[in-house]
Amino acid sequence: MIEITFPIADRKELEKLKIGDRVLLNGEIYTARDAAHKRLVALIESGKELPISLKDIAVYYTGPCPAPKGRPIGSCGPTTSGRMDAYAPLLLDCGQAVMIGKGERNQAVIDACKRNKAVYLAAAGGAGALLADCVKECTVVAFDELLSEAIHKLKVEKMPLIVAIDACGNDIFSLREYK
Amino acid sequence: MREISVEVISDAIEKLCKDVCIQLNEKTVQLLENALNTEKTEFGKANLEIAIENSRVARENNMPICQDTGMVVVFAEIGQDVHIVGGLFEDAVNEGVRRAYKDFRKSVLTPIDRVNTKDNTPAVVHVSLCKGDKIALTVAPKGFGSENMSALKMLKPSDSIEGIKNFVIETVKNAGANPCPPVVVGVGIGGTMEKAAIMAKHAVAVSVPAKDEAIAKLEEELLEKINRLGIGPQGMGGVNTALAVYVETYPTHIAGLPVAVNIQCHCARHGEVVL
Repeated sequence: MIEITFPIADRKELEKLKIGDRVLLNGEIYTARDAAHKRLVALIESGKELPISLKDIAVYYTGPCPAPKGRPIGSCGPTTSGRMDAYAPLLLDCGQAVMIGKGERNQAVIDACKRNKAVYLAAAGGAGALLADCVKECTVVAFDELLSEAIHKLKVEKMPLIVAIDACGNDIFSLREYK
Repeated sequence: MREISVEVISDAIEKLCKDVCIQLNEKTVQLLENALNTEKTEFGKANLEIAIENSRVARENNMPICQDTGMVVVFAEIGQDVHIVGGLFEDAVNEGVRRAYKDFRKSVLTPIDRVNTKDNTPAVVHVSLCKGDKIALTVAPKGFGSENMSALKMLKPSDSIEGIKNFVIETVKNAGANPCPPVVVGVGIGGTMEKAAIMAKHAVAVSVPAKDEAIAKLEEELLEKINRLGIGPQGMGGVNTALAVYVETYPTHIAGLPVAVNIQCHCARHGEVVL
């Protein structure tokens, strides 16, 4: 198991990760899914200021359930990353370092990982309750009106992930027998 | 004539929605455990262990198994000798959904403007009439990671059974890792376009193997072929791409062969109650 903490002291740490490596993620990460991605890209394209800095951040594709009493967050497993493929390369080009989600990515995302030495980490799809236990703090930092799709800042501890695309552009899903 | 009040219907829907989203049904847990026993790859085993452990944690912490608590699909079989009193049936269903989803994610919005309805209503309700004075409700909240990977095709009669098999397998193959495999596959064959889709959904919602011998054999064959695709748990390779395949059929037109494939993730949530 390799432990990585965000904010990351040296982004070169990510270049050591290889597909199939098990990672435990700690520290501050941001949530964003379809609607938040659409807004971020629209802001970038129109040259406006972003509500968060993308530099070297990790973005988790999730739309959490409401927090039950006494907990920081409700169930929060990953959503299908492929729907973010239309937006992800631009965000990586603008500094984002890590994507966290589930499922395959397209070639444009793989190329953007290579170009920017960025990585894609897979969380276990459907494991919403288990992953919620890794979240210690949760605050909405942008697009409040998007409800579960708002950008949340999470503080996570030992979030279990698998390296699915590494900074060299290797893709764990391309190794499957049928492809 | 027996009377059932809308209040009883709302209460039942509320309870079913909450129960199925938090407690993964025994049948699905058993299918996941069987898959773990047969899985051959390291990541496949790890992902199945996580799925089983997650269902235990969800139950223990009284939290939804998956954050995508879905759009609620209801199949209602209403006895012809029941009189529903106090309001409209669909309003009662939606009231139950509204109450259940206070603590769950609100995932339902208008399709073009994308404006959230903020209470996860409306549900998708399929009503059929039957004999008797009872109401049977099947509730299946549908997550869209898997729903998005479903497909429907109007095959030609000449495509025959081989064409059906190829379309089902192709649909699961194209879905890849996206729908959170191992999946449950519902197949509707025949009828019209919408009949095929509703059968595919119903097959998943009730998850009962076919009684007809030939259809049961087809279910087995499809399951075996799907599991030979190698997609595996969470798409990282393995021998368990599907947990089960359920097929429903209906007579169709001489000129057609509609086939619908509804994909369900490994959190195969569904529950039933008879009022």
